[in-house]
Amino acid sequence: MNVLRPARLFAVLGALSLVLLAAIAVGLAWGPSSVSVREAWGVLFDADATGPAADIVRRIRLPRVVVGGLVGASLSVAGVVFQALLRNPLADPFVLGISGGAALGGVAVLSLGAAIGVGAGAVPFAAFGGALATTALLFGAAGLRGRLAATTLLLTGVVFNAFASAAIVFLASLGGMAEGTSIFLWLIGNLASARTELLIPLAALFALGLACALPLSRTLNLLALGDESAEQLGIPVELAKRVLLFATALMVGAAVSVSGLIGFVGLIVPHALRLVLGPDHRLLVPASALAGAAFLILCDAAARSVLPGRELPVGAITALAGGPLFLALMRRQQRRGLIA
Amino acid sequence: MSGRLEIAGVTAHLGPRAVLEGIDLVVAPGEVLGVLGRNGAGKTTLLRVAGGALAPDAGRVLLDGRELASIPRRERARIVAVVPQDTQVPFPFSVVELVLMGRTPHLGFLGFEGAHDLDVARAALDRMGIAALADRSVLTLSGGERQLAMVARALAQQPRLLLLDEPTAFLDLRHRLEVLTVVRELAAAGGSALVVSHDLGVAARFCDRLVLLDGGRVLASGPPRDVLTADSLRTAFGIEADVSIAADGVPLVVPRALAF
Repeated sequence: MNVLRPARLFAVLGALSLVLLAAIAVGLAWGPSSVSVREAWGVLFDADATGPAADIVRRIRLPRVVVGGLVGASLSVAGVVFQALLRNPLADPFVLGISGGAALGGVAVLSLGAAIGVGAGAVPFAAFGGALATTALLFGAAGLRGRLAATTLLLTGVVFNAFASAAIVFLASLGGMAEGTSIFLWLIGNLASARTELLIPLAALFALGLACALPLSRTLNLLALGDESAEQLGIPVELAKRVLLFATALMVGAAVSVSGLIGFVGLIVPHALRLVLGPDHRLLVPASALAGAAFLILCDAAARSVLPGRELPVGAITALAGGPLFLALMRRQQRRGLIA
Repeated sequence: MSGRLEIAGVTAHLGPRAVLEGIDLVVAPGEVLGVLGRNGAGKTTLLRVAGGALAPDAGRVLLDGRELASIPRRERARIVAVVPQDTQVPFPFSVVELVLMGRTPHLGFLGFEGAHDLDVARAALDRMGIAALADRSVLTLSGGERQLAMVARALAQQPRLLLLDEPTAFLDLRHRLEVLTVVRELAAAGGSALVVSHDLGVAARFCDRLVLLDGGRVLASGPPRDVLTADSLRTAFGIEADVSIAADGVPLVVPRALAF
């Protein structure tokens, strides 16, 4: 009988940690000016290293790799949690409208900020404010009768996302070309303008999200049976759902505030892992953190390297690379008869 | 073992509509109680009240003499197990993973199942005759197989009181008897069970007593031969039926026509 045992958990997480280390090495080495992987590692572990390579690796690439990893991990863990919470495999971190709220906040600053004397530096803060406001709205709308109902949450999110898109189009048409371009770049998601000084709050909110999701990962399994059945197994379902929704919303809000709407990571990483590892969230949640980090770091490395002399928004790469990868994986599992 | 359930004067609403009105019933240890009634008569709501999923608006629900609502969730889950009508699982958990979910109230905080839990799950799978399905994804099961897996999950919970909502709806005759035999075994071991069913024949044969619900009230209750009469079936189901008593005293119901 195939049952998750701690030994398997640690083996899988160990293997994924190695993948993440490899991704970090690639992320430090690839870019407009080439640094070898060996050189990059050398700089990392030698505090006395100096020279242009050391500067590039330490000052430019390392912070970016760390931010990319945290954003990828946050979005992937949020994807897993939302899919379980909403009992819907099609859910992604953006489905509940938290991204729409964040985008609205960010775009408001990008388009109107100049007029009221607020620079682009305020974008992440406005975006996070938008995410918080949306989270409050979700709790208000879906939690009215004491129960967070999945359908109400989803409907609220979808409707709010539509509202936010419309408001964003309105705001974008107020500004000029320059604002338009920066809004477009932000909406598609990129790490080029990620402010690395926001690393600490980003890491803190990711840690909070993970600290809530990991101990509740078996509860996420039970939610598949439905709220009532989970409750009858002795789980405080409403409390767990509230804690998970809140912590995950903060995590998504932080990720979006720093990097914009990087799509696809939060949908595809959990699904790909579920195909390979099975649906047990005790494995899926930590695996998503590691694999999501590795995936986004690699996508960002590619975004910096594929076109000589310029950089693609990483949000374009995630879907370009992730889509075919996922379909191939699904085909393979279908051929093995593991999924319908 | 015990698992005495006592429901006294229970009234429950779903929205503004009263679904249960003044229900009284007792399930004693060693006993299997069948709950019958037409669609919408309040059977499932009664089961939800009995399992603590729905708080009654009036009346009391006592489990082994204690107010059900006052028993901590986890402790309650070690006493009562519920097999719901049909469970759609959105993710491809294997059957054994599903059955192990029944171990939840017996696990520690981080919830890794130990060797004992695996033994219990394996025994439950064997008992329901689905050991061969252990590694199959629940998404690939037929309705009947899924129902057997859900009963196995409830057995893995090792309850004293088992609440089953139409557990045999998708099952062939042999599997129906299998499920009810398991329920009888629990009662023989000193536990108890409340079974909602539309299968009058099986209910008459396997339940010690029946409760016939009609419009949220108890229309009749008692031993099967007192409850399943032509009159009560006409009122409760709107059908004309021939009722005869088999040699062992069990009533046999053969529906004849719609009653007007």
